[in-house]
Amino acid sequence: MTEDIRALSAQYAADPSSLIFLRLAEGLRLRGQTDAASKVAVQGLTRYPHLPDAHDLYARILADQQDYANAFDEWDTVLRLVPQHIGAHKGIGFLYYRAGDPDRALYHLRVAAELDPTDRGLRLAVERVAGGGEIWDVPMPEAPLERVARAAPIAEGSDPFAGLDGARDRLLLVDSGGLRLGGGLITPSGRDVSDDASAVLAGTTFEAGRAARMLELGEWTYLTIEGAELSACVLKPTPDTSLLAAMDAGLPAGQLAFLAERAAKTARAWLERVR
Amino acid sequence: MSDYAPLLDALTRLRGIRGAMVVTLGDGLPVAESLMGGLKGTALAAMAATLASRSADLAARGGLGAPRFLHLQSSDGSLLVAPAAPDLVLVAIAGRDVPLGLLRLEMLRMAERMG
Repeated sequence: MTEDIRALSAQYAADPSSLIFLRLAEGLRLRGQTDAASKVAVQGLTRYPHLPDAHDLYARILADQQDYANAFDEWDTVLRLVPQHIGAHKGIGFLYYRAGDPDRALYHLRVAAELDPTDRGLRLAVERVAGGGEIWDVPMPEAPLERVARAAPIAEGSDPFAGLDGARDRLLLVDSGGLRLGGGLITPSGRDVSDDASAVLAGTTFEAGRAARMLELGEWTYLTIEGAELSACVLKPTPDTSLLAAMDAGLPAGQLAFLAERAAKTARAWLERVR
Repeated sequence: MSDYAPLLDALTRLRGIRGAMVVTLGDGLPVAESLMGGLKGTALAAMAATLASRSADLAARGGLGAPRFLHLQSSDGSLLVAPAAPDLVLVAIAGRDVPLGLLRLEMLRMAERMG
């Protein structure tokens, strides 16, 4: 059943910080308006970067747009936040099945089916992938190795952004002295400016914090710089580090902070491991 | 100062905007302002210019190209800066839950007109 998009849009316009964006984006998705749905979902994620259902919704929109790699990443994020999220297991199961990996597809679909035994369609999907109803007599296997590996991509401690898009050329992590801890920054023309940018990144975050404090704006969360070539979002994953996430100029400004926050989360996990 | 007054007044009429200024980038001096009570123009001008200079330095070293817009997001509001005419920046300060997309567009348009 589709929702009244006009009414939801009005509610969303009246209160952009509410969770109504979930219903609005889902309504738009169900009507096939995936570009509009994507825009609403990304705006919502900018405000609620840790909301599993928002990532799940965005993943379904991306899957509808056949952007399966990013849909996988979104569902992967959901499972890191909520390991028993039915929608994410269903989604990842679908993607594995589509990619010709029935074992991993079966694992995720079975997890979803066991979490929601009343979903008859899901049970049928499991049986179809497994080749019959006997699958229910087979004990549940361990989580496939690849998923475990994706959930802990930085176990070796070498790369704070391993597994993220732009890990080597669009993400930069520095310490308070401006020394690069990981990642890299390469200009659209191919020039490596990682160390140049690192040298002034910590000073920029210091200035951002000072401005927020002096202007009584509360605790600063991020600074975005829209440039002619690239746009960047700067924030502090921890009190003694600074992070820069860059993306091509012209892409939606709201996506940038969302990407940076995701990178910050990964960087924090890496810092906890290596320190 | 009066040249910029209509632009600043138009900005501060937007919902949630606590003040707007035109500031020199080099020394952070106010050129024109439209501020709500409680906001100190000199402090806002100095902070905005310093942050804009730092950001321009980062943009230059990081290959971002010339900065078009800055947005400092904080828990209680936002500071927005749009480079305008040579050595001038347009500055706005907004409270929480303000539709920043509209404000950004307006500031970019005004900065273009100022240039």
